[in-house]
Amino acid sequence: MDDFLLIGGKKISNRFFLGTGKFASNELMRKAIEESKVEVVTVALRRVDGGEKNENILDFIPKSCIVMSNTSGARNADEAVRIARIAKAAGMGNWVKIEVISDAKYLLPDNLETIKATEILAKEGFVVMPYFNPDLMDARRLRDAGAATVMPLGAPIGTNKGLKTKEIIQIIVNEINLPVVVDAGIGRPSQAAEAMELGCAAVLANTAVALAQDPVKTAVAFSLGVQAGRFAFVAGIAQEKNIAEASSPLTGFLQD
Amino acid sequence: MFIKLNGNAKEVADNITIESLLLQLGVKNNKVVFVEHNGKVLSETELDVVLGKNDIIEVISFVGGG
Repeated sequence: MDDFLLIGGKKISNRFFLGTGKFASNELMRKAIEESKVEVVTVALRRVDGGEKNENILDFIPKSCIVMSNTSGARNADEAVRIARIAKAAGMGNWVKIEVISDAKYLLPDNLETIKATEILAKEGFVVMPYFNPDLMDARRLRDAGAATVMPLGAPIGTNKGLKTKEIIQIIVNEINLPVVVDAGIGRPSQAAEAMELGCAAVLANTAVALAQDPVKTAVAFSLGVQAGRFAFVAGIAQEKNIAEASSPLTGFLQD
Repeated sequence: MFIKLNGNAKEVADNITIESLLLQLGVKNNKVVFVEHNGKVLSETELDVVLGKNDIIEVISFVGGG
């Protein structure tokens, strides 16, 4: 099926995006990316205070991947903008996932600061993918601020609870003419498929893959789940009904 | 003299270069870390810059993240 997702002028075939955190090793992460044929991955930036690092995570990400730096650790728009600029200056390219979190308990994103950062970075030419708390008005504000996609959470980060925000995500898909990428909270391939069946453009997961017993197989399963959901959406899913409707003909019964 | 390293005050020798500072920190491998000096990200060829009093240095690396 010739069905590319177009973001920032780049064609993406695999609509499953993978975060690179929490893997037991960089090598395991690399295998997960390669086996699942993931094309878009996220990384983060952190301070280094000592000589503990001897591997560069970027060496384990296939060169064909689009690597998107996130702004995790940012507590407001200014910090997010700074992190994005540093990542770009360090050679990361211009894709950025805006993640602004000031709440330590639920890790819910701060939409107001996210919108501010989106506006600043979009004007600077970044391909801005803001992670946000699903809300139609804020999705419109992000679109108007220049976002390339909007990335509503399905459930709080790392909870694996699935599409708890399904109704609002459906509204955003219906109303916002941008790719909608569900990011955070997706714990199973079936939940990823469900997001795609709604008409979402892609799904981003990390914890559910990295902390699975077999992250490589799980990444493949997510990739297939996303593909299945996408195929179903494109094919046109039959409507739900409240009254039964026979699948077999209602004539020619072998009855006396 | 004192500089600000990764958000904290740190005493370093006068006229120390960034490259020497990284050596002291044990993070000389420039392929793993990069340095922001007073708000500017440096290339590998710019690490011979001599630090001044109250300079702000961030030693940063890309890590796994979602």
